[in-house]
Amino acid sequence: MKLHLKSGRVIDPTTGRDEVLDLFIVDGRIEKIGASLSTPSSFESMNLKGQVVAPGFIDMHVHLREPGFEHKETIETGCQSALAGGFTAVCCMPNTNPAIDDESVVRYIRARGGEVCRGIVNVYPIAAATKSRAGEELAPLAELVRAGAVAISDDGSPIANAGIMRQVLEYSSMYGVPVIQHAEEPSLVRGGCMNEGFTSMRLGMPGIPSIAEEVVVARDLEIVKYVKKARYHVAHISTVGTVGLIAGAKKIGLPVTCEVTPHHFTLTEEAVEGFDTNTKMNPPLRTRDDVAAIKEALRDGIIDVIATDHAPHTIDEKEVEYTQAPFGIVGLETALGLCITELVDQKYLSLLQLIEKLSVKPRGILSLPTIKIQEGVQANLTIFDPAKEWVVDPTKLLSKSKNTPFAGRRLKGKATGVINNGAAYFLD
Amino acid sequence: MSAVKLRNRHLLGLEGMSKEEVNLILDTAVSFKEVLERPIKKVPPLQGKTIVNLFFEPSTRTRISFELAERRLSADVVSFATAGSSVSKGETLKDTARNIEAMKIDMVVIRHSAAGAAHFLSRVVAANVINAGDGAHEHPTQALLDMFTLREKHGSLEGLKVCIVGDILHSRVARSNIFGLKTMGADVSLCGPATLIPRGIEKLGVKVYHDLEEVVPHVDALNVLRIQLERQKGGFFPSLREYHRFFGVTKDKVARASKPITIMHPGPINRDVELSADLADSEHSVILQQVTNGVAIRMAVLYLLGTMNQENARV
Amino acid sequence: MKKTKIIDGAGFKRTVDRLAHEVVEKNKGAENLVLVGIRTRGEYLARRIAKKIEEREGKEIPVGILDITLYRDDLRARLDQPQLKSTEILFDITGKIVVLVDDVLFTGRTIRAALNALMDLGRPSLIQLLVLIDRGHRELPVKADFAGKNVPTSLKQEITVNMMEIDREDAVFLIDREEAQL
Repeated sequence: MKLHLKSGRVIDPTTGRDEVLDLFIVDGRIEKIGASLSTPSSFESMNLKGQVVAPGFIDMHVHLREPGFEHKETIETGCQSALAGGFTAVCCMPNTNPAIDDESVVRYIRARGGEVCRGIVNVYPIAAATKSRAGEELAPLAELVRAGAVAISDDGSPIANAGIMRQVLEYSSMYGVPVIQHAEEPSLVRGGCMNEGFTSMRLGMPGIPSIAEEVVVARDLEIVKYVKKARYHVAHISTVGTVGLIAGAKKIGLPVTCEVTPHHFTLTEEAVEGFDTNTKMNPPLRTRDDVAAIKEALRDGIIDVIATDHAPHTIDEKEVEYTQAPFGIVGLETALGLCITELVDQKYLSLLQLIEKLSVKPRGILSLPTIKIQEGVQANLTIFDPAKEWVVDPTKLLSKSKNTPFAGRRLKGKATGVINNGAAYFLD
Repeated sequence: MSAVKLRNRHLLGLEGMSKEEVNLILDTAVSFKEVLERPIKKVPPLQGKTIVNLFFEPSTRTRISFELAERRLSADVVSFATAGSSVSKGETLKDTARNIEAMKIDMVVIRHSAAGAAHFLSRVVAANVINAGDGAHEHPTQALLDMFTLREKHGSLEGLKVCIVGDILHSRVARSNIFGLKTMGADVSLCGPATLIPRGIEKLGVKVYHDLEEVVPHVDALNVLRIQLERQKGGFFPSLREYHRFFGVTKDKVARASKPITIMHPGPINRDVELSADLADSEHSVILQQVTNGVAIRMAVLYLLGTMNQENARV
Repeated sequence: MKKTKIIDGAGFKRTVDRLAHEVVEKNKGAENLVLVGIRTRGEYLARRIAKKIEEREGKEIPVGILDITLYRDDLRARLDQPQLKSTEILFDITGKIVVLVDDVLFTGRTIRAALNALMDLGRPSLIQLLVLIDRGHRELPVKADFAGKNVPTSLKQEITVNMMEIDREDAVFLIDREEAQL
């Protein structure tokens, strides 16, 4: 592989670099960086005028469904979807069958990640906090981390018991891995399937109140304060109250981080009208006030990471009555377009800040090596066109599942290629 | 020529329906009420139409009311009742929808425990869909018959003071009544335990009370909802005894009003729980008129949708 | 469009008087006689004829209103949904001589619907048909027992009956739509 990437806008938040440059990529390494280089013979030249070259994106919250639910997604189709969305790495959640609560499952997923899609996508498993994610006994956390798990979470379910949460935080603190909480108090959910509020009231739909998320975060923050050393990350935050709690915790220096999904900064509960089950996700779509607070929190740095909570389900599973439908939507391929349309175009984030939240921050939280765009290093790059307008067509998604609420939506910004682990993948 | 028509070829709910449309249904029902008083209570407008009643939730009354209405319009009627099957309910509904398509059914009446089930069906079948109750969402024909009964008794709905009493949170009857009555210009209030009043309902323009005695002096009619015993287990109220004492509509509590209050109930009544037996059987109770009017209202809805020229319908 | 007045106010009155007279003649009095008008103008016509008979016979003649909407054979074919109104026949028609009254007799389909509707209301001993105008073009075997005026028309023509009760004058018009149809 000898590539001459011409005239791309190189944005690297770790060095603060943001300029139009040429790159020579040779066998997966960045050989040379410079302005207006001429193409040596035997190099393939690609004109990246108007496009951005960024450190490879990582989605730290996806459901690859393998093992156990291969009819929804496999590691292979999930990685194809990641590539199409411009991600060079994904972290997969442990709600598989069996759950990722045994080192053999961690090893299997890592190995499979290396085999599919020429190994371009790094697949990092997130291990269960408790056995079978049942919330009762600790999973073998040390073994799981040693086998390659990058974080601990019972995602899909909360770690609901305060005593277990304390133990998970204490035990995992020995290994420096973050504990990711799916914050949801079960006794406040009680069969809810959308945000509890004006819309759920009108639709007569059982609601999930914002406090279901907030009481868990508030409780956990107290535990974190008490346990010290532990690293705590809140998955997919959705409410203005949670934003406030995280902001307060950061102010007093707690080791706390959080993420938000593109759908939670794009859609509100009003999308549920009409009962399209592709608007059913957990946490649910909230109110305009929540969306506004989340966008501001992204701008102010209270929210560290954008992660998709990519949750594939088949058409048959989703085409049922709203209350019966499973939670979740696919997100890998719409993430970048939503980020640019909703955040960059609306001036909440600069492209550099966006890249931080899609690449630099999540890697920091997961203690993965920082990606640098400099000569002599292994190339791990995401290339995207921030001005490209396109319309979401579910049938064109590479994910095995097509459950997206964004069908027909016009987005701006699309990945055009990724380079990682010595291989390149270009779209179009 | 009358300009008023129903805009939608399904009846999924009363939210968003215009005053003119509600009046059209109520006025049409007046004509059908006259038909119901004839020696031969059958008219031919739906001759050759096939209607399926899909009842995924037990409800003898509503189903019989619809069946009667359908037969009196000369439609061919098939009823299918299941109180939930071993298969996942979602699959059942989707498969059922496909079967309806294959059997060329003209109209479907559906009752289901999930909010939005009628909407779901309306998206996948070509037949006209009538919502006979979806979860806690809407039960439009019940609210229409309630409004018809109120209009019959009080002359007009404009400015009429109606209080809906009981479990508003889980009640599709309450929601449809609120949407319909507000559209018709009635003054709507709610009374029930705080745990059974959904958050934010005041935004629909209704007043909320937790004390019946405070409400009674200000209303023309009380629409008393059935209280489900399961709600006690769900922790929404401590006991039926306490519920009856504080929220049960009794002669004592109604006696505080200066004028007689019309008593309504969608049925079936838990006598002496949400409504005292003597009041249910009193001269101010219109509960049996509601049942009679239910058939007329359903005939009106079936007639208006069933004779609608499909190309003329917007949706 | 050409609009010709074929019956004026005075003519209208004469026709109604004559029809009332004929009804009494044919039935040898007004015994057991009831009138049922088909909405809308049939109703007013029935009331006028009833009044005339009452004047002559000194006897009250029951008048009912029949809404045939539910019995129409073109309910689903029409783009405009006809508004359903009530049938108001507040007496038993069983055993009665029913004079069915309508303004214009054309294809006969309205009369077919009205006969079905009447049959659902009871069993009259006899039904007679009275119309103000018979314009021909029958599609069903229907014949008027009493016709105010026979008006041969083409299918491109229309007959409009105006009545004081709703139209501010009594008159019958023949309308030529020839140009419009071409």
